[in-house]
Amino acid sequence: MKKALLLLFLSLFLTKMHAQDYFPVNESVHNKSKNYTVFTNATIYVTPTQKIEKGTLLIQDGKVISVGTNITIPKNSISIDLTGKTIYPSFIDIYTNFGIETPKSNLPPGRNRNQIYDTKKSGYYWNESIRPEVNGYEAFKYYQPKADELLKAGFGVVGTHVVDGVAQGSGVLVALNNEDKSKQIIANKITNHFAFTKSALTSQAYPSSLMGMMALLRQMYLDLDWYKKGNSETKDLSLEALAANEKLIQVFATEDKLNSLRASKIAKEFGLNYILKGSGNEFERIEEIKNTNAKFIIPINFPEAYDVSNPYLSNQIELTDMRFWNQAPTNLKVLSDNGVVFALTTDKLKKIEDFKPNLLKAIKYGFDKTKALEALTTVPAALLGKSNEVGSLKTGSYANFIITSGEIFDEKTVLYENWVQGSKFIVNDLNAKDIRGNYDLTVGKDTYKWKIDGTTEAQKSEITTVDSKKIKSTFSIAKNWITLIIKPADTIKSSFTRLTGFIENPQNLSGKATLSSGEELIWNAVKTSPFVAVKDTAKVEKPNPIIPVTYPNVAFGDTKKQIAQTLLFKNATVWTNEKEGILTESDVLIKNGKIAAVGKNLSDAGATVIDAKGKHITSGIIDEHSHIAISKGVNESGHNSTAEVTIQDVVNSEDINIYRDLAGGVTISQLLHGSANPIGGRSAIVKWKWGSSPEEMLYKNQPKFIKFALGENVKQANWGIDNPTRFPQTRMGVEQVFTDYFQLAKEYDENWKKFNSGNKKGKAPRVDLELQTLAEILNKERFITCHSYIESEILMLMNVAEKFNFRVNTFTHILEGYKVADKMKEHGVGASTFSDWWAYKFEVNDAIPFNGPIMHNEGLVVAYNSDDAEMSRRLNQEAAKAVKYGNISEEDAWKFVTLNPAKLLHIDDKVGSLKVGKDADVVLWSENPLSIYAKAEKTIIEGVVYFDIEKDAEKQSAITKERNELIGQMLQEKNKGNSTQQPTRKEKKEYHCDTLEQW
Amino acid sequence: MIKREKMTHKNIFKLFLLFCASAQLNAQQIPAPKQSKSVLILNATAHLGNGTVIQNSAIGFKDGKLTLVADASTIRLADNAYDTTINAAGKHVYPGFISPNSTLGLVEIDAVKASNDDEEIGSFNPNVRSIIAYNSESKVVETVRPNGVLIAQVTPRGGRISGTSSVVQLDAWSWKDAILKENDGIHLNFPSSFRRTGNWFEPGIIEANKDYPKQSEEINAFLINAKAYNQTASKERNIVLEATKGLFDGTQTLYIHADEEKQIVDAIQLASENGIKKIAIVGGFEAYKAASTLQKYNVGVLLRRVHDMPTSADQDVNLPYKMAKILTDKGILVGLENSGDNERMGARNLPFLAGTCAAFGLDKEKAVQLITSNTAKLLGIDAICGTLETGKDATLFISEGDALDMRTNKLTTAFIQGRNINLETFQVKLNDKFKAKYNQK
Repeated sequence: MKKALLLLFLSLFLTKMHAQDYFPVNESVHNKSKNYTVFTNATIYVTPTQKIEKGTLLIQDGKVISVGTNITIPKNSISIDLTGKTIYPSFIDIYTNFGIETPKSNLPPGRNRNQIYDTKKSGYYWNESIRPEVNGYEAFKYYQPKADELLKAGFGVVGTHVVDGVAQGSGVLVALNNEDKSKQIIANKITNHFAFTKSALTSQAYPSSLMGMMALLRQMYLDLDWYKKGNSETKDLSLEALAANEKLIQVFATEDKLNSLRASKIAKEFGLNYILKGSGNEFERIEEIKNTNAKFIIPINFPEAYDVSNPYLSNQIELTDMRFWNQAPTNLKVLSDNGVVFALTTDKLKKIEDFKPNLLKAIKYGFDKTKALEALTTVPAALLGKSNEVGSLKTGSYANFIITSGEIFDEKTVLYENWVQGSKFIVNDLNAKDIRGNYDLTVGKDTYKWKIDGTTEAQKSEITTVDSKKIKSTFSIAKNWITLIIKPADTIKSSFTRLTGFIENPQNLSGKATLSSGEELIWNAVKTSPFVAVKDTAKVEKPNPIIPVTYPNVAFGDTKKQIAQTLLFKNATVWTNEKEGILTESDVLIKNGKIAAVGKNLSDAGATVIDAKGKHITSGIIDEHSHIAISKGVNESGHNSTAEVTIQDVVNSEDINIYRDLAGGVTISQLLHGSANPIGGRSAIVKWKWGSSPEEMLYKNQPKFIKFALGENVKQANWGIDNPTRFPQTRMGVEQVFTDYFQLAKEYDENWKKFNSGNKKGKAPRVDLELQTLAEILNKERFITCHSYIESEILMLMNVAEKFNFRVNTFTHILEGYKVADKMKEHGVGASTFSDWWAYKFEVNDAIPFNGPIMHNEGLVVAYNSDDAEMSRRLNQEAAKAVKYGNISEEDAWKFVTLNPAKLLHIDDKVGSLKVGKDADVVLWSENPLSIYAKAEKTIIEGVVYFDIEKDAEKQSAITKERNELIGQMLQEKNKGNSTQQPTRKEKKEYHCDTLEQW
Repeated sequence: MIKREKMTHKNIFKLFLLFCASAQLNAQQIPAPKQSKSVLILNATAHLGNGTVIQNSAIGFKDGKLTLVADASTIRLADNAYDTTINAAGKHVYPGFISPNSTLGLVEIDAVKASNDDEEIGSFNPNVRSIIAYNSESKVVETVRPNGVLIAQVTPRGGRISGTSSVVQLDAWSWKDAILKENDGIHLNFPSSFRRTGNWFEPGIIEANKDYPKQSEEINAFLINAKAYNQTASKERNIVLEATKGLFDGTQTLYIHADEEKQIVDAIQLASENGIKKIAIVGGFEAYKAASTLQKYNVGVLLRRVHDMPTSADQDVNLPYKMAKILTDKGILVGLENSGDNERMGARNLPFLAGTCAAFGLDKEKAVQLITSNTAKLLGIDAICGTLETGKDATLFISEGDALDMRTNKLTTAFIQGRNINLETFQVKLNDKFKAKYNQK
């Protein structure tokens, strides 16, 4: 008998150590069991939509054998009765870093990363943020404490990978099977991961910006295609790994709504299909998110309310952040209402146990329960292509399921067990006996009143004397054993009575009592009345009223997208910028987004008439040189040439500076790359259509531009003497960089032309985005705007251009342009300059406020630009300085900020003047726009009023109201005892040419 | 109109010749000699700087001081009452504009460290005096005068107490000659109740400054100590504490650099508890929220550059432009300062800061006061300048039009203490030089 017990014990032990069938067994003999386990009388969700009442689930060997109501139960079955309980497929989280440590950088922070391109290991891609050769399963080590957390939350299967770099390599699919190591890996390579994050392990400087990462991804895919076709002479193990990973599920962690749009732009360009791992702010741009047609993985790390009890501190919190707290729980509902397919993830949660309360919150805010279950089971299974194995309880699936006390998305529901591949993980005791009620307890000659309440899983006890005096006691219940320690009322003597007892009959409990003397007695307790649950009235929390989303979802956004109007301005002073000059007492009609008529006595039946007597109307201001509304880095400073990057990838439609620019009458800006390197990135020409998406803001069919730079910034003159990180460090070197790159581009272009004209025979040249861009300049398809200061460098670049047979389009800054205006005129270049900046560095020592006027008088097209978020909203005043310093006529000075920049940007066919047929980009000014007293009253783009001084006042009072409302909600949150976070604010960084950042 | 027109033109012509002659002599302009001949400016619209406008004015000055400020139509003058008469009909006269909290003359080129003399290391440096580093030969200084900025407070930067400032006029052979008021006040950078995390390269969030109480207490301890030291003629000299004497005897102003409401309230309480008599706030973005404290302690504000962004996305996009009006309406004495990026070269745009305040609701003459009399009061120089009133320095200029508007701000003549200063600059010379180049064609 003893031996039999031992064997039983051993066999249990061996099951724990269970390994694959063909593994050698040395502990004992092979002990394979083909027993079934059967769960009966349960409510079973085979899938979120297929529910069986009083059902039976039969499993064997970690798989579902059958499920239904009419199941034949084999004789060798272990049967578990689940009357009143519910079974759900256990959850799947595709996106975790379970069991894999995220690499951390041990490099010093800052910009002094070297631009090294010889990777540490031989044979891999030139950029170390491209790491498709990394495999999650190789770094993976099962980590049980974390597995336990996930199991407690109901998860059975998770995906995990090494979170590092832009191309991060493959992910592994893991079953949270604590007992059988051999079954843990479900698929060793299932996903292929990407993100907009530089590798922490590299010391390379490139890419330092988001646009750099976009360009790097494009080049990587181009290289992959080229490599696969056998064009490469050398081996590239990264590209080979990438090619092998193409058949996997492609997952892109974007961590932001606009980044999701960016990733899906790349997907479209290369015919890819990314599953986008979002951030929870998708609802803010739901139309665009929906139109990506991508499937998503969505986190539910809703922010905590801010602690706003201190008004000084709470003043610091931006409305956007407060509003996000209010709206974030609606994200899942909004996504689901818009038909976006998504799975849920525990990623970004502070602790896994927050998962359920957060999900319940989303449900409280309208997220459908069935959808919630799908997002945790069938959807992720389908996304992984594993619907037959996980995510449901269909025959043949893994026996991954959870047993609950009832409906899973109910606050009170208890999760008892989480079975993974047939291995049981106990969360709460399924068989806990409910002994709640009131008892008369007798221990020897002492009698007490004993009350047991709480929940079945967490029963609480209270001991009182017969005359209701409370007596100190501690109570626990586990595995049907009661333990109770009573400390009698006598406080002087520390005499405890210890009670234990096995629950046989909840009506009549009994067991053994040990007195402090060591004497043992029998105690018993007779139930006098049953437990009556106190009705839970206090806890019915109403959801907070939700603030409507605005476009963009920041202060001063609009709840609806604005539409074009027919507007007739009467009796204004009209600055036409055409040969008609400045018209007095004239009318302007705007219709269908265009200037329909300019003249006297105009009428239009359908127009809203605006009395503009005493006011001035002009075309919108165009800022030739701006750096506002750019996401994550204005400079890709990682290389001395970065022609492959483009600001068009990183327009930030949510920037408040757009609205501020509109308030200053600005309708169009050229967003330029910074000036950290001689050859910068490509520009974006944008119309400030406040509320629109980044794509909608891009000027349609825009001429191609690129930013170049000269002088102190590119030679890193002000970086300190210990910091020469790369060539060039002098103006001499700058010339050589240009000559070198243009020569390369020329050869590149010739190679391609030769290949294309030779019927594309032989090995194709490699597509190089950088050289391709530079070749466009040589082929006169792309214009250069070049940051420049002093005479010598201006002449140098024109010289280089002439040698390569093209012309520089625009010199920007160009503060010594006045010294070489004749040469510039000869070359055919225009100038976009500052009105009066100087003295901020050595190369602007000779900058004079007469610069613009001299260049203008010498016949150059001259514009005044901002390069500064603040000044861009006062460009009308800057234009006036041409009058002040240079005696330029007011009419011509006004063109410095309107028609002339339009000419420099080659968009004057559509904008820049009030000419019939041109875009209705129009500003109504309170008075002469060159006057410091002038205010933009309406700023209109293509007939849509994007800024209106009266609406602006309304918006301001709405903001105050909303802030107060949200502060009220947050105070209530704190009063309810919910946890809050300290007020903080993200610092907004305004970009200039020389702003360097590491992203 | 008084008839003296012909003579006027001649005089102006002579003056003009004199300018041209001097312009060819040297790159930096030659400081004008002491006023020897009396001057009368007639028929201009005079903005007195105290809120009053005289449409058809007569402004006279002798030996550097104003002797006449009147309505030309109501007075009679002897033909020879003034040596020189300038007919300024259709033009505007203003008191010289004052640029407070400025580093003019302390830094020449921002990015060239060798040319920077504005910031010492160390925390409590009241003894550091800006005046001795003021470069009266600065090329930047001469470029601010043609827009009407004739006086500046030269102010050190950095640390908790940056040092002691002085007020100068901007046409001098040396710092000694430039002094209008030496050691006018001490500058305290009050700690912020918030701190920025991260660094310039990877900026983090803005959060509550946990060290704020400790940092305020350090200031308190310093002031207590300084006050005690200055009670008696001390046996052992302490040049740091000694430098603060003026704060306690009322001869110097404590300029508290602070923007936040809480900072402002805390700082004023702390300063007055320590017996400091004259206090001014520099910056004061949230001063309007602390108006009652400012009123109670009679503290004015040198308002930070109004050509600036709101501090948060939620604010009125034009809040900085409206700030002077908001404060003025609350009865606070407001001047404008221009510190920050490009502050020296931007000092010539000081008039336009005031113009913007007028554009956003402030009465135009009150806007003039922001850069004349109000600032003079805040700097404690209102007895000698800041308005056109007899007995004060004849520091004034004539502009073709409204000097607060860049469209019309065109100076024809400017006087500092009656001296007819040269409004040329090296920039004008470069302009002339390259105009000449293109005329050679």
